Amino acid sequence: MIETLIPAMTEVCGADGVITDPAELRTYECDGLTSHRSIPALVVLPENAEQVAGVVRACAAAGVPFVARGSGTGLSGGALAPADGVLIVMTKMKKIIEIDPASRRAVVEPGATNLSVSKAAEPFGYFYAPDPSSQVICSIGGNVAENSGGAHCLKHGFTVNHVTGLEVVTPAGEIVWLGDGTGAAPGYDLLGAFTGSEGTLGIATKIVVRLTRIPAAVTTLLAAFGTTGEGGAAVSAIIAAGIMPAAIEMMDALSIEAAEAAVHCCYPDGAGAVLIVELDGPEADVEAETKAVREICEQAGATEIRAAADPAERAVIWAGRKSAFAAVGRISTAYIVQDGVVPRTALQDVLDRIAELSAAAGIRVANVFHAGDGNLHPLVLFEDGKPGDKEAAEELSGAILDLCIEHGGSITGEHGVGVDKSRYMPKMFGPDDLDTMQMVRCAFDPRGLCNPGKIFPTPRLCGEVPGVRRGPHPLVASGLADLL
Amino acid sequence: MTTQPSRPATGGHTGPAASARTAQDALAAACADLRPADPADAVAGVLPSWVASPATTAEAAATMQAAAGLGLTVVPRGSGSRLSWGLPPRSCDLVIETGRLDRVIEHASGDWIANMQAGVRMERLAEVLGEAGQQLSLDVPTLAGGDAGTVGGVLATGMAGPRRLRYGTPRDLVIGVTVVRADGRVARSGGKVVKNVAGYDLGKLFAGSFGTLGLIVEAIFRLHPVPAATAYVTRECGTAAQAAAAVAAAVQSPLQASAVEIDRRAPGAPVMVSVLLEGNPSGVPQRVSLMREVLGDGAGSAEEAPGWWGHGAAAASDGTLIRIAFWSGALEAVLDALDSAAAAAGLEPSVGGSPGAGVLYAAVDSLSEPAAVAGFVSALRAAVGRAAAAGFPPARGSVVVLNSPPMVRGVVDVWGLIPGAALMQSVKDQFDPDHRMAPGRFAGGI
Repeated sequence: MIETLIPAMTEVCGADGVITDPAELRTYECDGLTSHRSIPALVVLPENAEQVAGVVRACAAAGVPFVARGSGTGLSGGALAPADGVLIVMTKMKKIIEIDPASRRAVVEPGATNLSVSKAAEPFGYFYAPDPSSQVICSIGGNVAENSGGAHCLKHGFTVNHVTGLEVVTPAGEIVWLGDGTGAAPGYDLLGAFTGSEGTLGIATKIVVRLTRIPAAVTTLLAAFGTTGEGGAAVSAIIAAGIMPAAIEMMDALSIEAAEAAVHCCYPDGAGAVLIVELDGPEADVEAETKAVREICEQAGATEIRAAADPAERAVIWAGRKSAFAAVGRISTAYIVQDGVVPRTALQDVLDRIAELSAAAGIRVANVFHAGDGNLHPLVLFEDGKPGDKEAAEELSGAILDLCIEHGGSITGEHGVGVDKSRYMPKMFGPDDLDTMQMVRCAFDPRGLCNPGKIFPTPRLCGEVPGVRRGPHPLVASGLADLL
Repeated sequence: MTTQPSRPATGGHTGPAASARTAQDALAAACADLRPADPADAVAGVLPSWVASPATTAEAAATMQAAAGLGLTVVPRGSGSRLSWGLPPRSCDLVIETGRLDRVIEHASGDWIANMQAGVRMERLAEVLGEAGQQLSLDVPTLAGGDAGTVGGVLATGMAGPRRLRYGTPRDLVIGVTVVRADGRVARSGGKVVKNVAGYDLGKLFAGSFGTLGLIVEAIFRLHPVPAATAYVTRECGTAAQAAAAVAAAVQSPLQASAVEIDRRAPGAPVMVSVLLEGNPSGVPQRVSLMREVLGDGAGSAEEAPGWWGHGAAAASDGTLIRIAFWSGALEAVLDALDSAAAAAGLEPSVGGSPGAGVLYAAVDSLSEPAAVAGFVSALRAAVGRAAAAGFPPARGSVVVLNSPPMVRGVVDVWGLIPGAALMQSVKDQFDPDHRMAPGRFAGGI
């Protein structure tokens, strides 16, 4: 079946841009979430929007599903192509097309890495604010698909708040602009609907992003507490004081232990929790806020407070936090990274419940989280090969999501639903909610060929044959046009 | 304003011959507060037959379901302050008013979110949130009569004020939404947590949709602290070039301006430039003195906003109000374009708005010749198109006529060409296949 597509794909992308070798195809069998695997039938590497459109048109004509992939760092299996599908790898499209400091905009290709955008903007005094932990390698196109956040989204917002225009290839293979870069384009906010749609509405081929002025001052504080409860109280007090830090991160004792083992970050000995608070902005404001945060942490029982004033010291403080996911590999042979959200005020309750579940199941959980916005990343540890351990860990990981839903939160704050969590969607949303969301899918992709099997547990039948309109066109009906 | 009765109900299960009595009974069974419309209920000159005021989401859903069964065209209404914006509906049998959906359901101050019904007035919301030192950071301009509208109306029109520079527009602040679909089903997306990527974001889709996709009944917004200190740094600029340079210097400084506004009464008149600084009391005074240096000659500061602050979008409630969006670096070219288009049309529009965020409003008084206004709009579109044309995207701006007298609306292309219009039409066809929701009000005849 797929063989018949190869000549067309080769014509569009060139022989270099088409991968058919089974061994090479295997390198694309998973993204950052290795527990879900699927080897695509074909991989193509287009170099421009026209080639992407050509690939999509060929797929559409043959009725073959297709999936776009950036750097493959996603954590929900969102970039997996089905075994009979085409994987469109965007890594060759990585140009920074334009930096416009006067308008605070950059125009980039989707394969450009997140960090490369900030690097290109830095000489002008700007950066690209959303900073997922994988920013060195993850692509802007992938960030758009997942509406990526990062440690600093508490203050600076998510990808969707920083993307003002998208050139996309629709599932029918047409090249269309959504938004015009201004952030105030008339018409439906399709740009907002597309961002975070996990690659199910089309493929972004050019991206206009907002650039943010590099703050005049940045202070990073590390505060150690006896328990996560004390740390959580400090977070509540900071928020209650009307302070909006750029980031507030917390790690519990087990994740501190793991980070120490991995990167020797020298966090205070015996701490039950560490809090990292980063403040940025104009100098005098940051100075005043830093003082206030210090006092709050002291009152909340901090055993030690360190401050970093320069980038090198800041990097030391962040080293432990940034290494946390990989570091648990030092204390466990295998682990599941969970991503759930609870209202910030429910954090302590949920952490207590996680501790109970963990004790009852005999499965260790290391907690690393974005405390400011209630985004938990519990690391559920298990022994690979120990009978029943993996299953118990999966069960516990699922129970944590149930806790999030129970507390009015979300099953994912930044990793996306992908294939991994689609079965949880009906727990968070009702049938009419899911049906209505899928009306958007039907508008963009009535045949369901674009990244099928993601987000929604059951696809909606779109009903109408694409291109056939019910009733007269509104312009005709209004007398403004006879025929289009 | 001329009022004309809407054409009779079409489509659905009843033909045009179905008696109005039957329709009224069906609607009254769905919504306790149903009344015949009076001339004040006209939507941009189109007189509906009934006005329904549901008090609960269930009642709103029953009303929408009844309207669907009867094939009635529906226009949602908040306070009605911006109901004349856009185009008149092709038909409007039923106005669904959200005035009784006026509860702030939950203000979780520790979580910086609030959940509210669509009919809550912006002024009242500010009072409720202010008690906890918090705010919804949309300083939506109040129109003549002191009406900033309802939460649902602000969301449906996508309105934001000067502080859009720092906080964005409703689509950036809405984190959850509950809507009633055209077929009467209730759907929600998002939720009560700010960080949430589960499922498609219907809140963004409904933001700025002018009632054409369905009825917004509830919305959840993220909140911000009311700043402890605010100050305005203002200067007068003799020329557009000077003003553009001052605006550029203000937005590019690291002094974290929350808003950068301009105001010019007429072409050739001096341009006032004012910058809002917000923050803590120990930081703001220092930034004020630095910002005075940034703005240059004769810049002064005050704790109160200048009298014209935020008026750009509120001016000319009976005249023509035009919104120009552009990449902010093109400000000087856009001001030049405004002048040349105004001179060619023989008009003297006032200009104000948020050039730091790439949004300006031009206001033309109600006495201007419709043909002159139409000429001004098309010349402006062409000039802004030229000023903004560079690389990708192919068009870097837009000119939309938000509000205009009926005579002007008849001769002007209100929305202009919209990129992505075919996809918008597909979305409309999915959400409202019979085109009964505010038909014809929106871009592209949607």
